[in-house]
Amino acid sequence: MIDISKRSEFDIEIKGTVGKPFVNNPKMSSRNCDVFYGDKQAIFDVNLDIANNEIIAMIGPSGCGKSTYLRVLNRMNDTIPICKVTGEHTLDGEDIYAKKQDPVLLRARVGMVFQKPNPFPKSIYDNVAYGARLHGLASNRAELDEVVESSLIKAGLFKEVKDDLNKPGTGLSGGQQQRLCIARAIAVDPEVILMDEPTSALDPIATALIEELMDELKENYTIAIVTHSMQQAARVSQRTAYFHLGKLVEVNETDKVFTNPEHQLTENYITGRFG
Amino acid sequence: MSLFISFAFLAVLLITIFSKGLPAFQQTYVKLDIELDEATLGINKDSGEDALFSANYGKVVKNSLREMFPDVKGRKQKRALKNLVSKSAAYDVRDLVLEKPTLLGTKQSYWFLAKDDVDVFMKGNIDRSLPESDRRIKDYQLIWIDKLLDEGRLEKRFNTVLFTAGDSREPEQAGMKGAIVGSLLTMLVTLLFSFPIGVAAAAYLEEFAPQNNRWVDLIEININNLAAVPSIVFGLLGLAVYINFFGVPRSTPLLGGLVLTLMTLPTIIIASRAAIKSVPPSLKEAAIGLGASRVQTLFQHTLPLAMPGILTGTIIGMAQALGETAPLLMIGMVAFVSDIPSGIFDPSTVMPVQIYLWSDSPERAFTERTSAAIMILLGFLVLMNVIAIILRKKFEKQWSEKYGMKLLNFHS
Repeated sequence: MIDISKRSEFDIEIKGTVGKPFVNNPKMSSRNCDVFYGDKQAIFDVNLDIANNEIIAMIGPSGCGKSTYLRVLNRMNDTIPICKVTGEHTLDGEDIYAKKQDPVLLRARVGMVFQKPNPFPKSIYDNVAYGARLHGLASNRAELDEVVESSLIKAGLFKEVKDDLNKPGTGLSGGQQQRLCIARAIAVDPEVILMDEPTSALDPIATALIEELMDELKENYTIAIVTHSMQQAARVSQRTAYFHLGKLVEVNETDKVFTNPEHQLTENYITGRFG
Repeated sequence: MSLFISFAFLAVLLITIFSKGLPAFQQTYVKLDIELDEATLGINKDSGEDALFSANYGKVVKNSLREMFPDVKGRKQKRALKNLVSKSAAYDVRDLVLEKPTLLGTKQSYWFLAKDDVDVFMKGNIDRSLPESDRRIKDYQLIWIDKLLDEGRLEKRFNTVLFTAGDSREPEQAGMKGAIVGSLLTMLVTLLFSFPIGVAAAAYLEEFAPQNNRWVDLIEININNLAAVPSIVFGLLGLAVYINFFGVPRSTPLLGGLVLTLMTLPTIIIASRAAIKSVPPSLKEAAIGLGASRVQTLFQHTLPLAMPGILTGTIIGMAQALGETAPLLMIGMVAFVSDIPSGIFDPSTVMPVQIYLWSDSPERAFTERTSAAIMILLGFLVLMNVIAIILRKKFEKQWSEKYGMKLLNFHS
């Protein structure tokens, strides 16, 4: 791997975050977030608010910590034994790393969609119903049917699969599988959906469908998306956060980031000088 | 080339076992006319069950033989005459009378087990042309046998005794049932202990154990080492721990099962860990991301997907335990047990030990029975392997048909 820190375009000091990382009445917020993998520090002092019903895009070169930061927000990093997260993280003002906070319940409120479509080797119906069953969201079969149907409708998949609900989820195309995973996340009725490069394994048409879907979903959900595609960030998000080597460099309205970035590093990245 | 040689050896082995063992599936029977004389037996139709039970049935069998060969003189010849039929003949007559006391006073003809020497002769394993002093069957016995053959009173039939009787000192009465039942009970105990413990240990080591922990590393190294420990050591351990410390009754399937559990565990743990490791981490992540706890993820996703691999490992471990003799010698399962065990607390023996015992017996008729017992044991092993393959195929087919996913990819 090329060490980008040796390149001159990068050799710029980062003095805190520029732009507008804070909003009034945030849905989620982080203060002084540090993440360590063993002895190695992956994230340095990130301060960020995520507003209600917005799509915030996180961009940056590989290894900049954007995915790691995303996983801080629903405590997925807990599953990595050597990973240590510090700082203050809240959802609706509640500390999500508090001792009394059950990570299992947190993940029901903050859902996640992964880079690679990963439907369970079960039927389409069981895939969507899994989370609802797990959290006891439906008391009988009819209610469960309704949850499955509405989730699939919201994920824009219902028309395509309504006759094949008992067929395996793994038999769908890549794009359909990813929408199935979104439907599966929605079925738990989360407040925030974290998406970790959800379209990187998909073709442009499937990507377009998912982007449209995200636009609809933001009416009801708050979405944080990590993406490698700057065009995607520009198309779907309201705000964009630029990460660099574990530091949050700049947060601004997406238009501003892509037309008139405040920080030199952001400009270098979006103009394609590195990354 | 080496493949060819190994196949040749295998063929020689199988041919030897089969050619020696096949005759054991037949047994010579003798037809005798039994005079159920009330005076000789000292009982009548109205006698109580105890009297019927303890009457001297051996005498009527003897009388029936005497009647056929009235010119036999001398104690030695008389005893030889009696030894044409198995000692079980008297018990067979007793059982007949007990079942139907009205037979008393009548004359009936029945087929009885022939004595092992007669059986061996009938199968052509005693050479007539040898000098008399070198033969198990004397000249006068040959005359009797020829006469019986002429009268159609000697016949070879399928040897049901081999499958319905327990062990016996008399080859013609010895059967495998005790050993088969003992083996099945032992396997049951082994499965009940080793499967849950093995899978739980594998799941813990793969999914829950802290990484880079000295204790966990120590446990892992020990599990891998256990797989290479000579099996007799497990027998010693069973002797010291189970019998002397916990006081588990010796020679029982419970004890045998516990000892074989120790021996099978490493196999099951290693196979289960490989199977669990091969479940794609993305699926576990998906479940955890939806709010499943680690235990729920394990039971709802990881274990079901790992099951074909786990089952294959378990059955291979079981087959290994089925053929194991050495550790059982240490815990008293090598004893002569003629009763068929009715539970896991009854003294019993197992198939490989039975083979060992028979191979050690001096009677010529046990040679072929040893080979026959090996054939039965091999039959069970083949059966278990077939079950393992069928289960695997079934699971794989189920997954690929139902879920469009090939498990083959990460299980082989």
